[in-house]
Amino acid sequence: MALYRAHVLVCRGTGCTASGSGPLYETFRKELARRGLDKEVMLVETGCHGMCEMGPIVVVYPEGSFYCRVKPEDVPELVEEHLYKGRILQRLLYTTPDVEKIKIPHYRDIPFYGKQRRIVLRNCGYINPDNIEEYIARDGYQALAKVLLELPAEETLDIVKKSGLRGRGGAGFPTGRKWEFARMAPGDKKYIVCNADEGDPGAFMDRSVLEGDPHSVVEGMLIGAYIIGSDEGYIYCRAEYPLAIKRLNTAIEQAEELGLIGDNIMGTDFSFHLHIKEGAGAFVCGEETALMASIEGKRGMPNPRPPFPANSGLWGKPTNINNVETWANIPQIILNGAEWFSSVGTETSKGTKIFALTGKVNNTGLVEAPMGMTLREVIFDIGGGIPNNKKFKAVQLGGPSGGCLPESMLDTPVDYESINATGAIMGSGGMVVTDEDTCIVDFAKFFLTFVQNESCGKCPFCRIGTKRMLEILERICEGKGKLEDLDLLEDLAQKVKDGSLCALGGTAPNPVQTTIKYFRDEYIAHIVDKKCPAKVCTALIHYTIDPDKCIGCTRCARECPVQAISGEVKKPHLIDQDLCIKCGRCMAVCPVKAISVE
Amino acid sequence: MVRVQTADIEEKVKEIIEPWKGKKGSLIPILQNVQHEFGYLREDVMEVISRELRIPMAEAYGVATFYAQFHLKPRGRHVIRVCRGTACHVRGSLKILDRVKETLNVGEHETTDDLRFTLEPVACLGACGLAPVVMIDDTTYGRLTPEGIKPILDKYE
Repeated sequence: MALYRAHVLVCRGTGCTASGSGPLYETFRKELARRGLDKEVMLVETGCHGMCEMGPIVVVYPEGSFYCRVKPEDVPELVEEHLYKGRILQRLLYTTPDVEKIKIPHYRDIPFYGKQRRIVLRNCGYINPDNIEEYIARDGYQALAKVLLELPAEETLDIVKKSGLRGRGGAGFPTGRKWEFARMAPGDKKYIVCNADEGDPGAFMDRSVLEGDPHSVVEGMLIGAYIIGSDEGYIYCRAEYPLAIKRLNTAIEQAEELGLIGDNIMGTDFSFHLHIKEGAGAFVCGEETALMASIEGKRGMPNPRPPFPANSGLWGKPTNINNVETWANIPQIILNGAEWFSSVGTETSKGTKIFALTGKVNNTGLVEAPMGMTLREVIFDIGGGIPNNKKFKAVQLGGPSGGCLPESMLDTPVDYESINATGAIMGSGGMVVTDEDTCIVDFAKFFLTFVQNESCGKCPFCRIGTKRMLEILERICEGKGKLEDLDLLEDLAQKVKDGSLCALGGTAPNPVQTTIKYFRDEYIAHIVDKKCPAKVCTALIHYTIDPDKCIGCTRCARECPVQAISGEVKKPHLIDQDLCIKCGRCMAVCPVKAISVE
Repeated sequence: MVRVQTADIEEKVKEIIEPWKGKKGSLIPILQNVQHEFGYLREDVMEVISRELRIPMAEAYGVATFYAQFHLKPRGRHVIRVCRGTACHVRGSLKILDRVKETLNVGEHETTDDLRFTLEPVACLGACGLAPVVMIDDTTYGRLTPEGIKPILDKYE
């Protein structure tokens, strides 16, 4: 095997690829070849580092230098300085967002990574996901070997149970117990399923694991299949994730070639076959009974439980479904033991959780933190706080059916029980931060629009109840709300929760309930004062030009899409309020900030 | 001429269905492959699928209309997916969507008259770190501003 003195890791996750890491990789390849360094320096395409905001990201080892927003035109200089002369290229290093603007040379010293604990994401960004040997070199498939060749099945199940691992898809059901149900269920044909239908807007942890370390999921599934007694499995992945599907296909092919998937794995009598099913674009299919209906080729509508999938799942056979992140935890738990895993986290929530930290926060990206860390630590220490000196307003947890928490709740530790107690949910781990520019009523309306669209229509309360709730919110945003509407909303919210079969309807009212609970003032401002404090709801705001500041440059008049602005050159302009559609484009282009919104 | 074309289509659909025959859960992958071939799910194609799989038309249409991925009308040469996920919403994706609509004079889930673009608002593209995001065909554009829309659209024929 060839030895290399340095490794250049170019991130090819979805975020960095969108920022241009494809051409960047090619430029590196050509530049290294041109300088005759291609035999000494190895160029690797990796999965996601989690810090998508700073992409495209390039990491150079052995130093572990972390370069941000690298462009193809930076490549000759980077190769010259770092790989030829051995000097770190200062100008591309990560710079802290605070006033001090410190440049940080090493990956491990960046605050974004410092407070994280990477168990599931340990390989993401380090290895080439398209090469099974790199996974094996990082102890890959060792856990499978241990389970197949050393441990009795009961003991493996015991490790998973004792580890305290709970389902990462949102509900937090203990994984070991779920496996036990499926193991005990009578039947000679059993299925296992990986739920990779990551439909929550604002969540992309499963995507990054599948793109960055697909074998960890495959290995987890193999172990689960062996324990449960299943010989066939499905990965149900969103069609919107083409790269994840491609990498999974490659991973499965390579595992088959090495005999890690197929008949008589590792010389034992354990056989297992794995298929990929592409989802077809329905949020509700993330719900396990709907997901199975979809694999069966039907409309993805949920079914009542019981019977639970452990007894009657896919095609009526005992089936065990776990989420991507849950599966990816398994190999590490087997290798390092239950005690190691349960030493991380809180009393009831063990291990780590990956959060997709997005919205108005400096370091957007994927964060894997030990359970029990407070929201404040995640948002301000890892996330680096709110950009542009704006004020924090709310964090929305758990996807479209999660809840919005205010500043006063920021010291809540992140674990299943504490989050549930606030009225929000852990969900899949989406964490969307908003600042003072976000209208909380509009935000609640946004989520309700989503669940209303995605309701499969089976349960009347979910189908019609969310529609009525949405109409009330629209009324409030238009300034036509009444105070009684708040009581009506709260009443309907509870009924939708009680009257829905699956978790989609059961959690759909959460955003409305939590915003009314924590941000009642803002609802009142819309209803009583007819004002939108965040200046978002178009019916409640108007734009005006300050005649003392306006220099009459005519830029706003030219930009206005509805010709609502009039005025002579070099004289103050005026906005016709009847014509104005409140798009805000005039305010964005005004060179002297003469336009304001009230 | 028309008859020959119809026969060709039937032949092609049968060819796509062949490897799936007798397999469980085949309707969705067949619809995906057929749509990939013809661009959308034409009525005559649906008839062939229903006949070949021996399922009622209502069942085939029930599945086709349930999932956002399937289309019963012709699509534009390029599909613009404007992300309306939470992270993009917070960072102003509504203004991006409005600008695309205005620039192309097209509504949501509609196709331009010249079949150049189809506009699809989507729930989340999973590139939240780059919000707001638009995906045209397989290319993702991130950190967008309304002003940046037109130059991007101009790149597509």
